[in-house]
Amino acid sequence: MDSGFEKTQDLPNQQITTDTDTRDILRREAKYQKINGLFKWPIVDIDGHHSEMTSWKEVIEYIDDPILLHQAQEFQSRTGGAPGLSNHTPGLRYQDVGGRIPHQQQLGERIRDKTVHRDVTLVRRSMDALGLDYQVLFPGNLLQLGTHPQPRVEAQLALAYNRWLCDNILPFDNRIKTLLYLPLGEPEMCHQIIDEFSNRDGVVGFMVTSVRFKPVHHNSYIPIYRKLEERKLPLAFHAGLNWTDEWTRQTDLFISMHAISFVLCNIVHMTNWIIHGLPERFPNLKTIWIESGLAWLPFMMQRLDSEYQMRPSEAPLLKKLPSDYILDMYFSSQPIETSNIKLAEATFNAINASTQLMYCLTSPIGILIRQAPFMSLSF
Amino acid sequence: MNKIFVGVESDFEDRGRRVIEYNDLEIGIFFVGGDFYAYENNCVHQGGPICQGRILNRVVELLADDKTSQGLAWDEHDVHIICPWHGYEFNIRTGVHPGNKHARLRSFDVSVEKGEVYVHI
Repeated sequence: MDSGFEKTQDLPNQQITTDTDTRDILRREAKYQKINGLFKWPIVDIDGHHSEMTSWKEVIEYIDDPILLHQAQEFQSRTGGAPGLSNHTPGLRYQDVGGRIPHQQQLGERIRDKTVHRDVTLVRRSMDALGLDYQVLFPGNLLQLGTHPQPRVEAQLALAYNRWLCDNILPFDNRIKTLLYLPLGEPEMCHQIIDEFSNRDGVVGFMVTSVRFKPVHHNSYIPIYRKLEERKLPLAFHAGLNWTDEWTRQTDLFISMHAISFVLCNIVHMTNWIIHGLPERFPNLKTIWIESGLAWLPFMMQRLDSEYQMRPSEAPLLKKLPSDYILDMYFSSQPIETSNIKLAEATFNAINASTQLMYCLTSPIGILIRQAPFMSLSF
Repeated sequence: MNKIFVGVESDFEDRGRRVIEYNDLEIGIFFVGGDFYAYENNCVHQGGPICQGRILNRVVELLADDKTSQGLAWDEHDVHIICPWHGYEFNIRTGVHPGNKHARLRSFDVSVEKGEVYVHI
């Protein structure tokens, strides 16, 4: 290629595919980090995802119930359909935009290190490339588990997944943390899980998958919240996809459902959480609202304040405006809506982002929202 | 302006590419429909490696004369490069996002001289 002109070299990966190494996918981000000196900052990603279905055969072995264990094993051996006992919806594979986002489609990269679970290596690769100090790891498809028609199955799978994660992933790198799944469909199991896992390595709190249809203020959940508050453990509400309720079923494209459902579930839960006075009942229980973006928050603050001031008799536990309670909550940075930068700035100001906003990637291990994205916003 | 040798024209297949590194600058050179196009390997969304993404035709929705939808189809002329990080798409001939004229890749001139392809930086 030498013709006497300036020399160049080909990038080693001309095209990123499902087999490309995470470090190569993130190569540009690592470069950006280095140029901007971001490695010097302590950075915590509070919402990383791994593909638990890849390890599903291992996960189901942790099911306690012998009959459900047998069923899960039998389901596992069948081709097609959702992996054993899960209610994973194949239609949601639109997430990779028809193969346009390869790492979302499959993480097929080669891993030679057999001393730790494959997911530990994948997390390490992404954390190292992105300069992360800690990553809070969540499941992927299990975010839909709250709509499983069998609460017993939700509970058993939650227990199995939590045990698998605590045995096989968390102990092998102290930078990997988690907010463990609470199966609200069976409150007794929530207590068992909190009791069993609160002190396990890497467990920094608990998580409710927001795609579920029982109100979060139900009396059966109150002892769970009390227990978390007593133990000084935060509770996260992780939004997710849902294409089955009456509203999202009217959207016949993934883009439409995706835009709405990730916010709608947390709009409902946050409304119930505030209007039923949960922040007054448990003032020291920290809540985190994950993966609904930020643009919904100014709407919630204004809408709930307006309604509350006209109807305080319906929300007698409140001692201040709903927006004041929202200011005490925490939020994740995925996704930050920025097509209108002035609105984004107003949103940051409205929620006191400097103290309440937490960084996250939201990805199947290590994707790819620019590190600390708010650093590059021009306000 | 620097003139960077990229390769020999005959080495490029239709819809082929070459993604090169020149100092700290990464550039993708694409050959589509007999013409060359070059862009910085830097998605305007979040800085992703846009030039290393998939190349697919633009998807269009077919409307009948009465404006009823007749379904989706590939546009055989418009070719897109798609960012592998988040899915932003850009027309390879223009470097512009199909629905946001402000989302535009940084482009470079390309010349072919005696069968050799050069990008001008």
